[in-house]
Amino acid sequence: MKLREVKEILDAEVIIGEDKLDLEVKTAFGADLMSDVLAFAKAGSLLLTGLTNDQVIRTADILDIAAIIMVRGKRPASEAIVLAKGLKIPILTTKYILFETAGRLYAKGIVGCLEKVDNASGRN
Amino acid sequence: MVVWKKLITPVDATDKTPYQRSFYVEGGNFTYAGIVSTSIKSILKQMGLPADVVRKAAIVSYESEINIVSYAKKGVIKLTVDSQTIQIEAIDEGPGIPNIDLAMQEGYSTADQKIREMGFGAGMGLCNIKNYSDTFNISSEIGKGAFLKMIIDRH
Repeated sequence: MKLREVKEILDAEVIIGEDKLDLEVKTAFGADLMSDVLAFAKAGSLLLTGLTNDQVIRTADILDIAAIIMVRGKRPASEAIVLAKGLKIPILTTKYILFETAGRLYAKGIVGCLEKVDNASGRN
Repeated sequence: MVVWKKLITPVDATDKTPYQRSFYVEGGNFTYAGIVSTSIKSILKQMGLPADVVRKAAIVSYESEINIVSYAKKGVIKLTVDSQTIQIEAIDEGPGIPNIDLAMQEGYSTADQKIREMGFGAGMGLCNIKNYSDTFNISSEIGKGAFLKMIIDRH
């Protein structure tokens, strides 16, 4: 699915990356804990999060995340916008809550980076 | 481009002249937390290393950088690339780690609210570092600091 379609499904506003809406995405990962994102998220995925600071942008850059979807109507701080522009990472914001965001994308064919973790400690 | 050529040539040629660079990390300065790892990732990418190798190196560097910013007074992240491996050393001056076995336990954390607000401090950093490294060493001296060495195979 193209990022443009993600935008439509989530009735999202594009904060950065209007020129990147033709990007193809297939998978997503949702979390507010960046260490979990670093542990599990795969390159080229969407990152669904309620966190809005610089570290979300850095984490997305480190992992080659396709785009950040900020949920619950969250908007990045101005420093984070500058950083994301510099690193060329698209940011969309949606008013849907994390659960709804994930559900709506899943219903249209986006799947998780992984289905479940392997063991009790949460490692994959 | 000329600059990059200079960086890349010795690395690809032979491990007798590995590429080396050190980055300063300021403790407590959350504004720039991650900037070193962004640079390291971009250097490795420009060297033409495989994407999964670059990604592993970037993750261990980033978690180490977050640790220095979060817990130490200051530190250095040292990047070495030779023909076989990427080595990342994180050397900090700070309180050190009183109990390394405990610190390595997933979920164990001494993080304060500020660190948690950034999306870290859930006791996963060191586990992530270990999991993404092919070789991982950690040591510490109380009151002096911590020393982490991560080796990632290039192939």
